[in-house]
Amino acid sequence: MSVIVYTDINNGEVVKASLEAVYYASKIASEKGGECIAVVCGEIDNSKLEALGNYGANKVVHNANNTTDNGQKAKLVQSIANANGASLVIFSHDFAGKAIAPRVAARMNAGIVSGAVELPQFNNGLVVKKSVFSGKAFASYKVNSEVAVISLLPNSIDIETSGASASVESDSTDLGDSRITVSELKTKGNGDKIDLTEAELVVSAGRGLKGPENWGMIEELAELLGAATACSRPVADIGWRPHHEHVGQTGIAIRPNLYIAAGISGAIQHLAGVNGSKVIVVINTDPEAPFFKAADYGIVGDAFEVVPKLVEAAKNFKA
Amino acid sequence: MKILVCISKAPDTTTKIAFTDGDTKFNEAGVQFIVNPYDEWYALVRGLELKESLGGSVTTVTVGGAENDPIIRKALAIGADDAVRIDTEANDAFLVAKEIANYASDKGYDLILCGKETINYNGGQVAGLIAEFLDYPFVSQATKIDIDGSNVTLECDVQGGSAALQCSLPMVLSAAKGMAEQRIPNMRGIMAARSKKLEVVSPSGEAATSEVIGYSLPDAKSECKYIDPENAGELIELLHNEAKVI
Ligand SMILES: Cc1cc2nc3c(=O)[nH]c(=O)nc-3n(C[C@H](O)[C@H](O)[C@H](O)COP(=O)(O)OP(=O)(O)OC[C@H]3O[C@@H](n4cnc5c(N)ncnc54)[C@H](O)[C@@H]3O)c2cc1C
Ligand SMILES: Nc1ncnc2c1ncn2[C@@H]1O[C@H](COP(=O)(O)O)[C@@H](O)[C@H]1O
Repeated sequence: MSVIVYTDINNGEVVKASLEAVYYASKIASEKGGECIAVVCGEIDNSKLEALGNYGANKVVHNANNTTDNGQKAKLVQSIANANGASLVIFSHDFAGKAIAPRVAARMNAGIVSGAVELPQFNNGLVVKKSVFSGKAFASYKVNSEVAVISLLPNSIDIETSGASASVESDSTDLGDSRITVSELKTKGNGDKIDLTEAELVVSAGRGLKGPENWGMIEELAELLGAATACSRPVADIGWRPHHEHVGQTGIAIRPNLYIAAGISGAIQHLAGVNGSKVIVVINTDPEAPFFKAADYGIVGDAFEVVPKLVEAAKNFKA
Repeated sequence: MKILVCISKAPDTTTKIAFTDGDTKFNEAGVQFIVNPYDEWYALVRGLELKESLGGSVTTVTVGGAENDPIIRKALAIGADDAVRIDTEANDAFLVAKEIANYASDKGYDLILCGKETINYNGGQVAGLIAEFLDYPFVSQATKIDIDGSNVTLECDVQGGSAALQCSLPMVLSAAKGMAEQRIPNMRGIMAARSKKLEVVSPSGEAATSEVIGYSLPDAKSECKYIDPENAGELIELLHNEAKVI
C-alpha cells in the first residue's frame, strides 16, 4: 500500500514540518510494505526534491504549477493518490495542511484525523492518537472509511535522515482555474529572525515585564540562543508586542524543544498553546504563579535581575 | 449579502479535563459550555459587521442536540438574525461538514464563516470540508475580509507571514485572530434573542467516518527543579548538559 504525503514548499525550500510528514509517511509505508510518494506543487530545484529521499520518500511527484488555490492542490493530491492506489494521505498539520487536507478528505470520502502525535496503529483497523483540548489530552480516533487522511502535529516526532535519494517524476495534471489570487506575501517583518512556528527554542515574556521598552533583554537572550520570541495575549493586545507573537488558546500553539517564560503567570489559556514544549523554564517573582506547575526549571525571582544574568551566561556559553 | 456562520459549543477555557466510561467519554459533569471562541469572537462578529455595512442577514448553523440551544441563544444575543440547528450528534468533522453543506447547498449563502478550530477537538477541518463539498473557494485562517460588490479581499496567515488574497463569492473561510473584536451582548440583545427564530431541522443522515475509542491525559510533568536566582546563569549549563536542548 503506497502512502501519499503532501509536501509544502516556501520560497523554494521544503518547509520543516513537511519533512517530518515525509518521514512519518515513510515509516507507515515501510510498515505496510508500500512506497512513500511525496507530492510537491510549485517551483523548486530538482536537487531539493531528490533530497526528500533522505527523509524516506521513494518517489517525488512534482507539478510545477505555482498555484495558491488549496482547491487545485487538493485536486492534484487526489489524482496522484488515485493513480497510485493509495488509501492513506499524510499532511503536516501546519498552515498548508489545514487548508488542503480537509478538501482532500472531502474529495476522497475519507475520514480525517488532524494533529496526530504518533504513528498510527493497524491491529484494530486504523487508529490514530491526536492531541485534543488544546494539548491537555489525547484522543485515539478509529477511522472507518476506506481512505484516511492524517495530518501530523509539527514537532511531534524525531526524524532520522538516511542519505538516500528519491526519484523525481514530473506531473502535468490539469488543475483547472485558480479561484484565489495572492496579491501580496508579507513576511512577518522580523527580518532574518527565526519564525515562531518553526522555532526549536523560544523565549517569551508577559505583563510582568511592565512595558515594551523592557523587551531588549528578551530579544538579546533569544538572539544569543538562536531562539524566536513570543508573548502572552495581554501583551499583544495592548500593543507591546506584535500580534503574531501571541501564543496560547487564541493565538498560536507551539511545541518547541525549549520554552522560556519570563513574567508570565501561566494562565490555563496561555498553557494551552505551549504545554507541548519539551522543556519549560519559568521566571516569575511569585512562587505561587501557576506556571511553575508546568515548569521543568523554575527561577523565583525578578526578571529584571534574572534575565540579564542569563544573557551573561549565554554569552559565556557561546564563547 | 446572505451570511452563514457555523457555531459550535466548547467547554469553558478553564475546564478541568477528565473522562468517564473507561476513558471513552469526556466528562461533561459540571462543565460550563461556551460558544467556541473562534466562532464567536471572530467569525460571528465579522459576519455581523459585514451585514451592518452591506445589508443582508446573518444566520448561524449548529450541528448537534438541544444541549446546544443556550450557546445558540448567546449567538443570537450578540446579533445573529436567526439560527438553524441540525438535530444530530456531531460525531465527527466529516459528518458535521456534510450536514452543513447539504443544508446550505440550495439556500444561496454568499459567505460561510467558521472558526479556525474548536478548542476541544482542535480539528480545523470543518470549514475546508464544507468548501469542498460545495465546491467553493476556501481561505484558511483568515485574519481579514472586506467585500466590495463581488470582489472579496482577504488576509490570511501562511507559513512565515501573511498573504493578501482575492477571491469571489460564494466562498468559505475559517476565522483566526485579527478578524474582529469580541462583542459582549447587551440586555437588549439578550431580550431580543428570546424571540428570534431557532429552527430545528432533521439531518440528511450522513454517517461519521471516524470515532473516538479512547482518551488519555499526558504524562504528569516531573517536579520542577528550582534554581537560585542569584546564580541564574546555572540554568544555561543545565539546559545544555542535563536537558540537552541547547
Ligand atoms: C477565552 C480566553 C482565551 C485566552 N487566550 C489566551 C491566549 O491565547 N494566550 C494568553 O497568553 N492568554 C490568553 N488569555 C488570557 C489569560 O487568561 C491571562 O490573562 C494571560 O495569559 C495573562 O498574561 P500574563 O501572564 O502576561 O499577565 P499576568 O497574568 O498579569 O501575569 C504577570 C506575571 O508576571 C509576574 N511578574 C510581575 N513582575 C515580575 C518581574 N519583575 N519578574 C518576573 N515576574 C514578574 C507576576 O507574578 C505574574 O505572574 C485568554 C483568556 C480567555 C478568557
Ligand atoms: N457541531 C458543529 N456545528 C456547527 N459548526 C461546527 C461544529 N463543529 C465545528 N464547527 C465549525 O467548524 C469550525 C472548525 O471545527 P473543527 O474542524 O472541529 O476544529 C468551528 O470553529 C466551527 O465554526
